[in-house]
Amino acid sequence: MTESARRQHMVYAYAVLRPTPEAARAVATLRGVADEQVGLVETGDLAAAVGPVPAEEFEEGALRAGLEELPRLEALARGHHGVVAGLAPLGAVLPLRLATVYRDEDRVRRVLQERRDQFLPLLERLAGHVEWGVKVYTDPTDSLAGDAAAPAGATGGQEALSPGRAYLAARRRRRRGAEEVWQTAARTAARIAEEAGALAVGRVAHRPQRGELAQAAGGGTVGGGKPGGENIANDAYLVPADRAEEFRSRVLAAAEGRPGVRVEVTGPWAPYSFALPPEPAARPEPV
Amino acid sequence: MTTTEPVAGRLGPPRLPATPYGQGAEGATSLADILERVLDKGVVIAGDIRINLLDIELLTIKLRLLVASVDKAKEMGIDWWEHDPSLSSRARNRAVADGGDSGDSGDDGAERSLTEENARLRAEIAALRARAEDRSVDG
Repeated sequence: MTESARRQHMVYAYAVLRPTPEAARAVATLRGVADEQVGLVETGDLAAAVGPVPAEEFEEGALRAGLEELPRLEALARGHHGVVAGLAPLGAVLPLRLATVYRDEDRVRRVLQERRDQFLPLLERLAGHVEWGVKVYTDPTDSLAGDAAAPAGATGGQEALSPGRAYLAARRRRRRGAEEVWQTAARTAARIAEEAGALAVGRVAHRPQRGELAQAAGGGTVGGGKPGGENIANDAYLVPADRAEEFRSRVLAAAEGRPGVRVEVTGPWAPYSFALPPEPAARPEPV
Repeated sequence: MTTTEPVAGRLGPPRLPATPYGQGAEGATSLADILERVLDKGVVIAGDIRINLLDIELLTIKLRLLVASVDKAKEMGIDWWEHDPSLSSRARNRAVADGGDSGDSGDDGAERSLTEENARLRAEIAALRARAEDRSVDG
């Protein structure tokens, strides 16, 4: 390959894994962030899933600009995640942070060698585990139901109340209702965390989701059918793969029959939230 | 995208349509869930293309605002999205309505507290009026 030809492509790295025949077969079916064929770069007992990507899109300036644009970022994030998700069934995969790009495959090999002492124990720890996301929301449809029910009990007094007092009473009721909904949800979240902790070997708390992106729901849910409500807990659990379905059922069961909450279980994910460098501060908290 | 071995099969029949490893129809996995993982988690190793660490952090903060608590961001004094028409329908409306208001008077918290204050004042007026009516009936 000539120097100029080499410069036209960079190497995008998706994940670190073991160089097994299964891994080679898995990458062969995957296309990456630039719709490129994904392959393995191997060195000794480690491998990285990588793909050649056009330099003009992945050079510093272009990459940064792309990351700042939500549609392009979404395409990149989904492409990256698609490769990681395709490798996750292999059982041991360390997802890399988005946009880890190298000049050539030799550089990837060198990094694998340099970080071997970190990657191997992490791979070992995560082997045979999956990550589940558990999100607990207050359910606004339930609080509305409470609002609708409350005036029925109050109709006797409604006529006697002046408009101002009726307004204040309704307001108090609404506020009390919202508070109750929140407290019920918090109790349910605690119960779910307890239930989840019984099966999980690790837990990482994510920030509760709010805002425009947070509205799209996915995965299994229990509770009100409609999305919405306030996300009060957003946790990731590391669960042995052979108990993954049990985990999911138990978490959903713990939320069943509890008014005022909606629980969403997402996954199984590759263990993103647990693929952290072994710094003490970054360690996932034990359950 | 296909997997060589569908994991759902190994894990037993799911009661609800699970998407193995977050795969599935485009859009089935929430972008918020993906972003909080690919941007905030995962192994960090230095690449050759250095998106300067500060940039990534800023980006993460910006994106976090789309998935995280708006109130927290406000506490941090970050409200750029309020002024970005591509991200905030309010900024869009405001830009159309009054040709751009450069202050932060239109931010979420202020608007909410205005609404609340409005409701509180209305309630107070209603209560005062009611009391006056009571008195006029009594007297």
